[in-house]
Amino acid sequence: MRLNRQRQIVEAHDIRLESQIGEAERFGDLMRRMARENRLAMVSALVILLFILGAVFAPLLSPYSASEMDMLHRLSPPGAGHLLGTDEGGRDILSRMLYGSRVSLLVGVVPTLLSMALGAALGMLAGFAGGWIDALVMRLADIMLALPSMLLAMVIMYTLGDGLINVFLTLSLVNWASVARIVRSQTLSLKKSEYVEAARVIGVKRPVILLRHILPNCLPTLIVLFTLNVPAAILTESSLSFLGLGVQPPNASWGLMVNVGRQYLYNAPWLSFVPSAAIMLIVLAFNFLGDGLRDVLDPHLKNN
Amino acid sequence: MEPMTLRAVGLCAGIPTQKGEIRAVNDVSIDVPAGSIVGIVGESGCGKSMTARAIMGLMRSPARMTGGEIWLNGRDIARLPERQRRALRGSEMSMIFQEPMTSLNPVMKVGRQVAEAVRLHANVSRQEADRRAVEMFEAVGISDAASRARCYPHQLSGGLRQRVMIAMAMVCRPKLLIADEPTTALDVTVEAQILRLMRNLCDAGTSILLISHNLGVIAQLCDYVYVMYAGRIVEQAGVIKLFDHPAHPYTRGLLNAVSSLRRGGERLDTINGVVPNLLRLPEGCSFSLRCDACEARCAQEMPELREIAPGHKARCHLAEREAWS
Amino acid sequence: MSEVLLEARHLSKTFPAGRNRRVHAVSDVSLRLFAGETLGLVGESGCGKSTLGRLLIRLTAPSAGEVLLRGERIDDLSEAAFAPRRRQLQLIFQDPYASLNPRMTVRELIAEPLKTCRACPTREATTQRVLELMDAVGVAREFLYRYPHQFSGGQRQRIGIARAIAAEPALIVCDEPVSALDVSVQNQILNLLRELQASRGFSYLFISHDLSVVRHISDRVCVMFLGRICETGPTEAIFRRPRHPYTRFLLDAVPQPDPHRRGESVRLLSGELPSAVNPPDGCRFHTRCPYATRQCASDEPQLHGEGESCVACHHPLE
Repeated sequence: MRLNRQRQIVEAHDIRLESQIGEAERFGDLMRRMARENRLAMVSALVILLFILGAVFAPLLSPYSASEMDMLHRLSPPGAGHLLGTDEGGRDILSRMLYGSRVSLLVGVVPTLLSMALGAALGMLAGFAGGWIDALVMRLADIMLALPSMLLAMVIMYTLGDGLINVFLTLSLVNWASVARIVRSQTLSLKKSEYVEAARVIGVKRPVILLRHILPNCLPTLIVLFTLNVPAAILTESSLSFLGLGVQPPNASWGLMVNVGRQYLYNAPWLSFVPSAAIMLIVLAFNFLGDGLRDVLDPHLKNN
Repeated sequence: MEPMTLRAVGLCAGIPTQKGEIRAVNDVSIDVPAGSIVGIVGESGCGKSMTARAIMGLMRSPARMTGGEIWLNGRDIARLPERQRRALRGSEMSMIFQEPMTSLNPVMKVGRQVAEAVRLHANVSRQEADRRAVEMFEAVGISDAASRARCYPHQLSGGLRQRVMIAMAMVCRPKLLIADEPTTALDVTVEAQILRLMRNLCDAGTSILLISHNLGVIAQLCDYVYVMYAGRIVEQAGVIKLFDHPAHPYTRGLLNAVSSLRRGGERLDTINGVVPNLLRLPEGCSFSLRCDACEARCAQEMPELREIAPGHKARCHLAEREAWS
Repeated sequence: MSEVLLEARHLSKTFPAGRNRRVHAVSDVSLRLFAGETLGLVGESGCGKSTLGRLLIRLTAPSAGEVLLRGERIDDLSEAAFAPRRRQLQLIFQDPYASLNPRMTVRELIAEPLKTCRACPTREATTQRVLELMDAVGVAREFLYRYPHQFSGGQRQRIGIARAIAAEPALIVCDEPVSALDVSVQNQILNLLRELQASRGFSYLFISHDLSVVRHISDRVCVMFLGRICETGPTEAIFRRPRHPYTRFLLDAVPQPDPHRRGESVRLLSGELPSAVNPPDGCRFHTRCPYATRQCASDEPQLHGEGESCVACHHPLE
């Protein structure tokens, strides 16, 4: 009885101690820390958010229809009537940019996420399991990498037909192999690391080792890959559109607009310039955000 | 007075960081008399390796030397332009490192690497350089020297690689050899061989500055010893004096730690606490927080490195002045 | 004599070395480890001591031979059948920088073994236990949510020890646990290991190349050379009166931290370490041994001796 009472006192004391010790960092703290330490990353996040809002509320924000032609105002330069000018069909570029961002943002992000998830999962599996699984996955990846990616994309698009979903699938299938390779090599070196061996000594199960010890340590690489692959996907989509395989006029995508605008580069440079600038801006924003995330997730830079 | 091969005076070196300069080497003066082995001993992060690099002029960016004079064979080399300093390295002073594998080019035969070192400083033919390399291999005790010279570094054992490094350092007969933890990566039986080789080099007239954390190596090899702690020299004395009558509490702590391990018994002697962060050194004596004998003034003013007996200096307020004899 | 905790019988391990060659890391090693004792395992790099340690706790599968835990074979168990026994066999690593996942906090690191053996039912109980373990190894409680890089080498090694003792193991293999540490810190860790053993009754297999450390901490010592045990016995007997020539050379080579005993009868071992890919016939030490005879080059000496002291030599020193 008395012993029990004592134990309670000790425990109460310990719990009080614990509250002094502080708390583990949560997601909100993470973001707040990034806002404090890395302005550029925060501004980038804001830029990306603005682009997303623009895409979502495109119908409300667009001053004109994005697809209706107006032959009287072809190729008019940016000005009061049309804020960013009009294109070769007299369509308002601002409106087309807003609608086009729906396609371009989705095309940039969704297939990249898909291909990275696929590539990371296969790469980790191959690196960790080894043996025939490794051989199979890596030979598949070799085949994907050996084929010219544009050609591959064209073949898949011809087979599947037009449409946004098919563009997603195509881009995912084209990009997973390089991700898998990089993640596999990282997994191989992490697998040999002492802390993974230490986890095995403790008796941690293999799937848990993969998720808790290997995946988080691949994260910096994955973030960098993501920021590199988003613009690549946006540009690949534009090439596909240019070849008549992706989004088709009168629908808009930034890539398509850049490509169409190239014909008018001398007399109406804004046709290409506006979407190019948008692509550049979003790519830079993703890059800076990626750097910021990588730093904020790096324990070496935490609470110091 | 005996001639000095090396005389470093008031050496300072640091690493600039966002939180201020890390003063890794702080007012360090070291003399290496001709034909002797002088040791620097200390724990990791005490600045002993950076002292060696500062003397060699091989600072790794962003670390840089911030002050002091380095007199090598009677001339100050600290302010020589990089070109002239490079000419001195290998010919008048040389250095060997802890890890002989990473200091050798893995895709080049070791004999050729040593011959390259010859041709850097002596205008001789390739054949002559190769011949001198093999000769040097024999001098550092590499058996079957001619065929070993045709090996790549990975084909040699750690001990042989360290001998190759020593051959490369010694091939132009420098007056001064700086050895930075030369045996730390080696097994004890190999270590004993390398230590004997270094003793032989010294007997042949080379002065050696030996940097080590191993008090056994220091005791076996050195004539005079400097003890470093947190970037400063805290004690210096002849080797027998230092081991028999250590004056600084840190030196005593180190020696006790080692000797209690050899004495046996239940508990080992330790030094309290951990090495302080060089950016947040305590006020006064750097060792004060870990020192059992710490007094009020130790926490206020940094003690001077003062002579307590001929050739014996200690940086401690409480070190007794010994009877001058 | 106390209970035999772990026993190795004729344990061998070879690794592929390319071109159909194999490295003989451990060859035909038999040893016993008693409950509550510390067995020191010394030898130079490449002698197979780390591999042997990993074989004993089933981190590596042997090429031949058996490992018995309390009389039960564990080397032929399936992963699932072995899992409940895993917690009894733990390891402390040499490199306190590489053996802790840099992305986990101290709490996560120490809680991990508790989770895998389901020692604590709730989150609070886990935290409580982690704090107790931190007390036991001397890491201040306020560092619960710190990351490994924020600690010094000695502190990290303490965290590694907390992980090893969390599951209350019977045997801890200490693989060069103090080699990466400075002298003063090294002694703190050695003291801690001794205290923990006294209060919790672990057995240690203490692997080290540092003879003075092994002498201090071990009850018995095994000396290994090129994959074989060449001498074993009570610590003081081995250090005072080594009987295998290799042990003698090893002890003589240690640089003494005493300038008065400089150059004292140091006899250097000649020649190079033979290759473990192609170990010599007969006694593996005979190519470097000054006492070798023709018999040494042809016959493999077996461990023999009276009582606890055994030596594998045809011509043991007196």
